[in-house]
Amino acid sequence: MTASIVDNRKPQDRTIVVLVENKAGVLARVADLFARRGYNIISLAVAPTNDDRFSRITIVVDVESAPLDQIVKQLFKLINVVEIAELAPELAVERELLLATVRAPQDTRSRIIELVDVFEGKILAVSPDHLTVSLDGRPSKLDDFEALLEGYSIVELQRSGRIALPKIGRDVPRLRAVVEAS
Amino acid sequence: MTVQSTSEPIRLNGGQALIKSLEMEGVEVVFGYPGGAILPVYDPIIDSKIRHVLVRHEQGAGHAAEGYAHATGRPGVCMVTSGPAATNIVTPLADAYLDSVPMVCITGQVAVASIGTDAFQECDTTGITRSITKHNMLVTKASDIPRAVREAFHIATTGRPGPVLIDIPKDIVDANNPDAYFDFTYPPEIDLPGYAPQPQPAPANITAAVELMKAAERPVLYVGGGVLKARGADALRRLAELGNIPVVTTLMARGALPDSHELNLGMPGMHGNYTAVTAIQRSDLLIAMGARFDDRVTGKVSAFAPDAKIIHVDIDPAEHGKVRMPDVSVVGDCRLAMEAMLSELAGAGGAEAFADHTQWRQQLSGWQEKYPLTYAPSAPGEYVKPQQVLETLRDACPSDTIVASGVGQHQMWASQYWRFEHPYTWINSGGLGTMGFSIPAAIGAKAAFPDRMVWAVDGDGCFQMTGQELITASVERIPIKVALLNNAYLGMVRQWQELFYDERYSEVYLSHDTPDYVKWAESMGCVAFRVEEPAEIEVAIAKANEINDRPVLIEFRCLSEEKVYPMVPAGGSNDDIIVDPSQRGDAKGTVDPSQRGDAKGTVDPSQRGDAKDSEGAAQ
Repeated sequence: MTASIVDNRKPQDRTIVVLVENKAGVLARVADLFARRGYNIISLAVAPTNDDRFSRITIVVDVESAPLDQIVKQLFKLINVVEIAELAPELAVERELLLATVRAPQDTRSRIIELVDVFEGKILAVSPDHLTVSLDGRPSKLDDFEALLEGYSIVELQRSGRIALPKIGRDVPRLRAVVEAS
Repeated sequence: MTVQSTSEPIRLNGGQALIKSLEMEGVEVVFGYPGGAILPVYDPIIDSKIRHVLVRHEQGAGHAAEGYAHATGRPGVCMVTSGPAATNIVTPLADAYLDSVPMVCITGQVAVASIGTDAFQECDTTGITRSITKHNMLVTKASDIPRAVREAFHIATTGRPGPVLIDIPKDIVDANNPDAYFDFTYPPEIDLPGYAPQPQPAPANITAAVELMKAAERPVLYVGGGVLKARGADALRRLAELGNIPVVTTLMARGALPDSHELNLGMPGMHGNYTAVTAIQRSDLLIAMGARFDDRVTGKVSAFAPDAKIIHVDIDPAEHGKVRMPDVSVVGDCRLAMEAMLSELAGAGGAEAFADHTQWRQQLSGWQEKYPLTYAPSAPGEYVKPQQVLETLRDACPSDTIVASGVGQHQMWASQYWRFEHPYTWINSGGLGTMGFSIPAAIGAKAAFPDRMVWAVDGDGCFQMTGQELITASVERIPIKVALLNNAYLGMVRQWQELFYDERYSEVYLSHDTPDYVKWAESMGCVAFRVEEPAEIEVAIAKANEINDRPVLIEFRCLSEEKVYPMVPAGGSNDDIIVDPSQRGDAKGTVDPSQRGDAKGTVDPSQRGDAKDSEGAAQ
């Protein structure tokens, strides 16, 4: 589990954004397709868009398990998939949220608070021996924070999976199932 | 398509709306089986002009719908209830999905409020069928039914065809539920923002494909089921003739070009003939037309057509590069693509534009002479050889006879020995390999074409899976004919055990005489004969062909040891094709035991793996 998160920036991990019709079972169709064809999902986030007919699924896929081209073509075969775009890191604004509860006894508490401050995170909850902290930011920043946090005793940690939008003014190529010869 | 739109709304309940929607789609026959959750839909069927064929098992409904679709090109429709009925129709859905058969399947479901409560006869039908349908939907409002049906037929029949399932909860079709009534109109428009198949190929890709075709010296058109789905037989013939390009027709494409056509090399693949298989291997250009590089055709992929450039024409973008990376990829409908190629070639000098293929054709003819399909007929008094049955049957039937096959040795022999002269005369389960396919599929085809002769070629193993559908054929007056090739074994499995498992025959013996197929068929309302030696074959077939008022079955007692050749062992290279023992000049194989001429009906004791195989155990 942790390994795949720490390895978030592996070159075989690619981010695709899939616009789907907001219909019952759509997420199951997408998840089923990945499972059936043996494609690996590194992370997946789904929520409605501002247009309530559609939801956007941001998927980080492992293209070592299958070529991205084939993954995209198979996704397009799902009737409810409307649009797919790849968001390369240089073209996209990417964000992810991390929540963690760490053991924070007297002797390490101040160091943990300092670490959260350096990363501009937040302390969400406090008890005599524990802190729950949050950090949002680029996935790589979360990786660094998580690595440092591991120096303390993590009780629970959850990341949201990344979401992404194209940078303003950058043209993100829409992926198509059909490509014309050049 | 015969879709009309209604302008005047009429007040209907969900059940009536479902039947009305099917009528709007031009449906003439539904294959089905009623039950609890679908009951309300069966009531309005009484008042509809749609014919309902009551099958004896839900699997039969699905395969009959497939048979209808294969024969007509129109979507087959089947309807069953929830739970066990839905799970019984899972196999035909998977079959239709793998063979791209347009089909609409309607399943009953428990009432909306009961979904998820493990109610009686509830199962998660859309969940179970998600990965074996082109699309499926659970409708939860009566007023959504017309749109769902409209979308289902559209999706099933456009792009790469396939099965679509509509799951209908009982309460929304219930005549006693006031909420099930609404003002029915049939939607003229379809709103599927994520679905836009592209039948028209990109001109640049056609040009690129034509350039490769013109330069090729040893081209082969590798034709798959997509050509038939696209109604492309005529365009195929014109393209092959213009370019003098040899054609191989896969199991799903038999009949796409007449077998009598000089350019047709026949079937490639695991049990393809030597010339078709080897032509692909030696080709310098493979034009894959609506074919998907199935493992049964390619054998070992890395050794498949090693010197060939690939043009891949297929309407499904995901097939391109899935198995073999094409040099030119043409996404589109096969007929439109071939027509575009033809018009491009017409402007480029027509036949003159191609390289000379004379030498290539001569090489192919040489192989055809040296390695024809062959078998040794059995001796008088012996049980018969399936190949001889099929040759005799072929010669006794009109050329537009529809042949529906089960799965196994008999399927391969039928595809090899029949002479397909017309498209849509061969109906079989290619991708899924579903035993028991033939009888219900033949019923579906005969329901579509009552005036055509329809023969089911079946094996004894297959027949025991779906033979009860002959009751359907009798009662519904759908007089199909059945050639039952009874070799007392699961013959294909037996063949593999003989060749690859040291003749250790594990659980493959069925017996020649239990059940008594003639009595069984007679009890189902059929006329039935038994043929036990070669001299009886022709007479029995002539008698069967004269019976048109009821189904007829001929049980052919076949020698058990006969094997299908040629054969490319699974996972092996096509170059390692094993031909018939009589053609093995070299030491490629030992003498085929089936060539020894065993006494009638007995099994060579050396081939009995265990006690269960002995004939005595069957008595």
